[in-house]
Amino acid sequence: MRAMVYRGPYKLRVENKDVPAIEHPNDAIVRVTLAAICGSDLHLYHGLMPDTRVGSTFGHEFIGVVEQVGSSVRNLAPGDRVMVPFNIFCGSCWFCARGLYSNCHNVNPNATAVGGIYGYSHTCGGYDGGQAEYVRVPFADVGPSRIPDWMDDEDAVLLTDAVPTGYFGAQLGAIAEGDTVVVFGAGPVGLVAAKSSWLMGAGRVIVIDHLEYRLAKARTFAHAETRNFTEYDDIVVEMKRTTDHLGADVAIDAVGAEADGNFLQHVAAAHYKMQGGSPVALNWAIDSVRKGGTVAVVGAYGPIFSAVKFGDALNKGLTLRMNQCPVKRQWPRLFEHLRMGYLKPSELVTHRFPLEHIAEGYHVFSAKLDGCIKPLVVPSAA
Amino acid sequence: MAYTPHKPPAAETAEQLRERIPGWGADLDPADRPSVPKLQFQEDLSGAHWEFPERQPEKVPRERSIEHAFLTPVFGTSCPPRGLSGAIRRLSYRRYSEARAAHWLLLVLADRVDAWESHLRSFATLRPDNPITETGVRSEFSHHGLRSRLGVQRADLPHQALDPVIVAGPWVAAAWVTYAGSRRVARALRR
Repeated sequence: MRAMVYRGPYKLRVENKDVPAIEHPNDAIVRVTLAAICGSDLHLYHGLMPDTRVGSTFGHEFIGVVEQVGSSVRNLAPGDRVMVPFNIFCGSCWFCARGLYSNCHNVNPNATAVGGIYGYSHTCGGYDGGQAEYVRVPFADVGPSRIPDWMDDEDAVLLTDAVPTGYFGAQLGAIAEGDTVVVFGAGPVGLVAAKSSWLMGAGRVIVIDHLEYRLAKARTFAHAETRNFTEYDDIVVEMKRTTDHLGADVAIDAVGAEADGNFLQHVAAAHYKMQGGSPVALNWAIDSVRKGGTVAVVGAYGPIFSAVKFGDALNKGLTLRMNQCPVKRQWPRLFEHLRMGYLKPSELVTHRFPLEHIAEGYHVFSAKLDGCIKPLVVPSAA
Repeated sequence: MAYTPHKPPAAETAEQLRERIPGWGADLDPADRPSVPKLQFQEDLSGAHWEFPERQPEKVPRERSIEHAFLTPVFGTSCPPRGLSGAIRRLSYRRYSEARAAHWLLLVLADRVDAWESHLRSFATLRPDNPITETGVRSEFSHHGLRSRLGVQRADLPHQALDPVIVAGPWVAAAWVTYAGSRRVARALRR
């Protein structure tokens, strides 16, 4: 089969690889029909995530058709069109039994601090991902769901990570009616977090980024006010000014490990890998939110320490809430929101790359060329 | 205002927001939010028909965190450790827990060694690494590389010219230190 293969920081290519095999009785093999590149894939691409091995295939956002199932699979059959959450999870460990699917303890031998994720380094379990023609899907009776007939493929693929993660970020904010919510990052996750904040009753939603084309999308897709932080000497002061010096009730970090805006932080994390991430957006969130407020973190950070302004969080009495999104827990309610027309995820898609051109796709997304917000990947066997 | 007891008045009423924004308030009640409360026991175990899953066969020795009691019943089998980078990875997993910086820093070191090993190995194949095609840099021409940067304010632009120096600097410095050190050792041995 053809598959994207990592060749080292900033380098990847498409190679022939063996079609994955059933390795466990509850495995399925899925033929990928549509995949996406996630902003967090860029952390792997840039060599930021420890134990990202040359030869591995990325991709944790994908949908496809079941080709083969293991002997114990009951809920799926070959030919089923399925959407697969980015979390690999067993359903039965202490954490899965309580809905923390992203924290499954039975799927990642490499680390106890993180669950299993498709195509996201050995730190997340050493699974190959879906930017390929075929992918192994463990626990086929637990993770994947059949795609409803009424759902578009592009909506479905975005429901495997970006949309539920943004929606989850707004939930972590514990938004109350009339709250002012500030969202750092106008990528797909931030845009959905902003849109979801309204669903939860926010009174005012402000999105912050440095890319004007993404802020324009925040105004149309998410009905949000926007601020380009490069236009301000200090974005935290602007946040105080615009909230009558109270601060926002809720701040959501939808940027994560490679935040720009502070040269030293950015260099230490993105270039020298001396931090698990550059916490510029997180520190701005901590400083922008009001005392007693809530900071929700859905931007991805690596396991190495980061220079977070924890003292400010303590002294302000903040509630910090975070996790990788347990995707499947969000689906029933998100499906309702799609049917009602409150969310239309495919509006975020800007680019579609054939799998054979995925190196260009990564560069365009990474370098923020051509107004790129969300690139999809179409395998040749689709 | 922050200096007085009451919250600043809202710019828009709930009715105005509901009219302007499709779905406003649909999840106002926390009971409608799927992740609230955080820990909800899933009676159906989300479709699992086991309390502990069957074990996936371990066909090659699989490295694992020493914080785990045993090898997890299911695991990825992509890219087993190999070469010098593999030895560093195995050491990291065998010796240090996830709580130790040494664990992660060794894995980052192994990643860099792996990249060099693979790069060198590629020259012994019919498909050596090609920095032009593998970096996707050709998209600078097909996807408006200049137009995406000229005349716009982006936080990454001011330091983009410096980035190559920042990335290459430590490598150049390390090469110089190695060279100077080797010369000094060679001189000492000649004496």
